[in-house]
Amino acid sequence: MSRVIIRSLNKRFDGVHAVKDVNLDIHDKEFVVLVGPSGCGKTTTLRMVAGLESITSGEIMIGDRIVNELPPMDRDIAMVFQNYALYPHMSVYDNMAFGLKMRGFDRTEISNRVKAAAEILGIEEQLQRKPRQLSGGQRQRVALGRAIVRHPQVFLFDEPLSNLDAKLRIQMRVEIKKIHVRLGTTAIYVTHDQVEAMTLGDRVVVMKDGLVQQVGEPLELYNEPANRFVAGFIGSPAMNFATVEMADTEGALWARHEGIRIKLPAAIAGRLRPHVGENVTLGIRPEDLRVASGSEEADLSFDAVVEVIEKLGSQILLDVRVGPNTMVAAVEPTVKAKVHDRLRLALNPDRLYFFDRVSQAAI
Amino acid sequence: MAVDYVAAAKPYVAAPRRGPVTRVLENERWFAFFLLLPTAVLLGLFIAYPFVKGVLLAVTDAKVGVPGNFVGLQNFAVLMNDSIFRIAVWNTILYTAVTTVFKLALGLWLALLLNRHFRAKALTRAFILLPFIIPTVLSTFAWKWMFDPTFSVINWTLFHLGIIRTRINWLGDPQLALISVMIVNVWRGVPFYAISLLAGLQTISPELAEAAAIDGARPWQRFRYITWPLLLPVTMVVVLFSVIQTFADFQLVYILTGGGPANATQLFATYAYQIGVGTGLLGEGAAISLAMFPVLLVVVVVQLLYIRRVETL
Repeated sequence: MSRVIIRSLNKRFDGVHAVKDVNLDIHDKEFVVLVGPSGCGKTTTLRMVAGLESITSGEIMIGDRIVNELPPMDRDIAMVFQNYALYPHMSVYDNMAFGLKMRGFDRTEISNRVKAAAEILGIEEQLQRKPRQLSGGQRQRVALGRAIVRHPQVFLFDEPLSNLDAKLRIQMRVEIKKIHVRLGTTAIYVTHDQVEAMTLGDRVVVMKDGLVQQVGEPLELYNEPANRFVAGFIGSPAMNFATVEMADTEGALWARHEGIRIKLPAAIAGRLRPHVGENVTLGIRPEDLRVASGSEEADLSFDAVVEVIEKLGSQILLDVRVGPNTMVAAVEPTVKAKVHDRLRLALNPDRLYFFDRVSQAAI
Repeated sequence: MAVDYVAAAKPYVAAPRRGPVTRVLENERWFAFFLLLPTAVLLGLFIAYPFVKGVLLAVTDAKVGVPGNFVGLQNFAVLMNDSIFRIAVWNTILYTAVTTVFKLALGLWLALLLNRHFRAKALTRAFILLPFIIPTVLSTFAWKWMFDPTFSVINWTLFHLGIIRTRINWLGDPQLALISVMIVNVWRGVPFYAISLLAGLQTISPELAEAAAIDGARPWQRFRYITWPLLLPVTMVVVLFSVIQTFADFQLVYILTGGGPANATQLFATYAYQIGVGTGLLGEGAAISLAMFPVLLVVVVVQLLYIRRVETL
């Protein structure tokens, strides 16, 4: 059983409360991604699990042991660093073998394990080379190999792909996923890239300012964000937000603002009725906006002026102005629009999000 | 199309009128020559000329006030049979070897300590440099007082701690004198090692130590397998500089003992000074200082080759 349990974990640096009361149950064989903007405490949390950072208060359990006081080497973990952290004076083979040598494995066992890992990663040809003779992608593979050969209880990844170019990053992302499926080792992965988080994680932990904002499966975060921050952070392009006023007229609930006047479907009107007369934040994902086809959608659409057109091939992103707000709409590539065009954008009434203006929590 | 653009651009490329100086400087060879000239002059005047002059002096029997005649290698032949010269050679080698080992060990230890995070880190680092910053002559005079048989603060302390009963004659006893001189040299040389090695340590990513810690390396193993091999090129350069400096050391010994007692602390440089300047035998003095040259040359070549090997690993 290689579960990781984090209980009321806190970290204070000189006067900075970097990690605030984090609780997390990571199951055996699970791939959990910590994601958030820089300075959100995700790396500090990971480093505390690794034993590279002391714990101010709280408890970390790996397997069935509390590891708070254990040095990194006794925690049975392996870590992949952002800058690879390969030993520059050692060959690829020695880099991968180092951890095993330190633990007193015999030569044949070391050789078998290193070769097996090299085969999984496709770096058999590079074993005798030095790290600086390798490309970024190959170095990252060696760093992965160094973690794999140890057969640890838990893999820790600290932004392992952020030094790679975009194309390689996607390729390595897939490989990390494959390796995880193949080895089934519990993994904690830190990244600031929400796409990486969504594609890799069995579950994703969104953090901000040292606090866990939401824990959930990728689509759960996407479909049911707990608060405005998660809603804006998960999904690309990001969710559009506008402040609207809730009004109860003609027996229906309306969200109104300059340029926007939307009649809320009965399904969600119930939750929002307590907020009548208040301002709330409306959230609409770009992919839930489309160019309106007829007047029958008058209650669920609004006028917008096109400011920028981004043609991505599979879709077109329209940066539009709606009253005082700017929004992005991801529309079909067949849409013909020009800058300064006035369009009517229709929205998907089942996919509207509302957030409290003060607490930022989802309504 | 492209050709048309080139043609159209031509008038702008046309050279403006230039004076003769500009034209000479436009020539890369002349330009390089003028850039190198100041350095070449300085090197020639202050390094090459004295060196050649020294070589020329070494093969004459020049004395102060007497130009001297060419005598071939006679000066060197005399040195071979000079027992004091042999003592000086042995002392210099011993002095260099022992102090280098201690300076490296202490300097590395200090550098490793200073590389950690602690309060007043910058201040401590600045303090460490003090022995290196104070003019050698001044600090050596202070040491001379500390070694003084009557006023020695070291003797006073040891006496009051009950460790010694009689005064130690630090600079008067032949064996103690060499050790005392070495102590001062180590004291003065450690900061250079510490600061240079610290600079080397700071180029080693802390992530490597973290990776090694996770890999199961204990602190000593992390030093042995990660830090030391990565610091080796810097260490070699530092040792190279230090060996050259120590081998030709003069001020310390000149002030503390003047080479005595009974030549117990006589080094190449002090003996060359004694013969060449003190006795006025310029030719023989030059020969002594020149005798250092082959030894240093070997040291330098071996170390440079080694550095190159390490760097191409």
